[in-house]
Amino acid sequence: MTNIVVLVKQVPDTNAKIVFNGESVDLSAVKMVTSPYDEFAIETALQHKESSGGTVTALTVGGSGADKILKDAKAMGVDNIVRVWGDGFETLDSNSFQSVLSGVLSELGADVVYCGKSSADLGSGSTGPGVAEKLGWASVSNIVSASFGDGLTVTAPADGGNAVVNVSLPAIISCDKGDLKPRKPNVRGIMMAKKAQVDVREASAPASTVTLVSQTPPPAKPAGKTYEGGQSAAEVAKLLRDEANVL
Amino acid sequence: MSEVTVIAEITNGKLNPATAELVTAASALGGDVVVVVPCTDASVADAASAYSNVSRVVAAKSSVFANYDASGWAEAIDAVSPAGNLVFLASAQSKDLAARLASKRGISVVQDVVEISGNNLTSPIYSGKAFQTVAISTTAVISVRANVFSPSPSDGDASMSVVDATGNVKSAIKELIGRASERLDVAEANIIISGGRGMGSPDNFKHLEVIADTIGAAVGASRAAVDTWDDIPHSMQVGQTGKTVNPNLYIAVGISGAIQHLAGMRSSKYIVAINKDADAPIFQYADYGIVASWEDALPVLQSTFSEMF
Repeated sequence: MTNIVVLVKQVPDTNAKIVFNGESVDLSAVKMVTSPYDEFAIETALQHKESSGGTVTALTVGGSGADKILKDAKAMGVDNIVRVWGDGFETLDSNSFQSVLSGVLSELGADVVYCGKSSADLGSGSTGPGVAEKLGWASVSNIVSASFGDGLTVTAPADGGNAVVNVSLPAIISCDKGDLKPRKPNVRGIMMAKKAQVDVREASAPASTVTLVSQTPPPAKPAGKTYEGGQSAAEVAKLLRDEANVL
Repeated sequence: MSEVTVIAEITNGKLNPATAELVTAASALGGDVVVVVPCTDASVADAASAYSNVSRVVAAKSSVFANYDASGWAEAIDAVSPAGNLVFLASAQSKDLAARLASKRGISVVQDVVEISGNNLTSPIYSGKAFQTVAISTTAVISVRANVFSPSPSDGDASMSVVDATGNVKSAIKELIGRASERLDVAEANIIISGGRGMGSPDNFKHLEVIADTIGAAVGASRAAVDTWDDIPHSMQVGQTGKTVNPNLYIAVGISGAIQHLAGMRSSKYIVAINKDADAPIFQYADYGIVASWEDALPVLQSTFSEMF
């Protein structure tokens, strides 16, 4: 029986406009969703269970607002949903955040962990490999497919193409979009999710050494030049060489 | 003076020229710059000793570096790198490695840095819809976006030492699959020409390919194109659920500029937009906008490029 855990994160809808309140982003009016790559991780975790047997637990670090994405994962078919939270968790740096996650994963007794290749908010892609290092586990990032026959085999980008890699467990695998289509919840799944209880756990984190200074709109670009008609492409091509120096 | 370490970027067995940009970024953090070159053959590190503003080069020689394994590489690099800040290139592989190294040392990682000012580091967040500045109060690991910092000149003559490194590999390569096409991948290219649903059909991407071959570009696509046509693979997708790119030149053809797409390419140094709809949002981000159908503009672009190359 494989103990499979999938890490999920609640983020602003990727189609949302980001607005600012002073020097920080204001997400109060933004719809919050499961980070898109995490849906590929959930799908991969469910396929792993269907192939090898076991349980899938969806785990998030977040306040009570994040229960919604756990219920969404439940509706897709995960068995257990766990949320961990503690004092000051809004501002954890990568080291503190990964310490929290590695502690909970040890508690849960995970054999293999799936996560999205990066979150749609901070997008750093550090969580999978960072947590794996804390646990002394293997990790493969940005996989585009996985198979679960005799052990775990994944396909991930490598110099000049893709590498098919056998991974020793325990391991943390971060998922790119690949060819997977995350399943849609069925009616039964949605009903189960409504009744499901979130296993809420408290944790503490080591002090953060990286602190937030400001969040600002991206620097404005100077207005560009606009031309009418296909013939102007000749002039633009020359400007790319002579003015922009990029050719 | 304390040391700051650049981990050289190795691409296809060679020192990636972007390593010279990392030297500049490391100097901005402060400290004597050490360049650690992960390699199987120490001669790969020779080019690094020519970088200016480098105090010493360490060729970290190990069979571990023959194929990428996050755990083994992190262990080997950790063993040969001095204490202090570490600087990586923000490529997919090196970001992975940076995260592992930071975790191994019990410090934090700040990825995709585009600006360094004292202890303040700025990175794009929300796929470039916002910029976030953080302060590091102690040692950290950072990764730096390519094409942001100017490369350190190459009139230096730093001393080089060769050190044997080892690490425990936790994964085994079963098979390497080359790319189906010889064309560059969008994640690696300095010039990208992308098509959107405005191209009308996947067959018409051949017009983009001709131009790409002329100027040495990769061919990309918008999410709308990838979702609409099975012949356009996800590996070509630029945008929030595809690849985030910042090439020197990005040419968007028949792409309206949905927020998803802009998120993946707006940090490109120069953007050219070709679209018949003058109100398309992409024009707000273009350095050079051409209001025309691709059928009218691409043949002219191609023939002009052919004369230039």
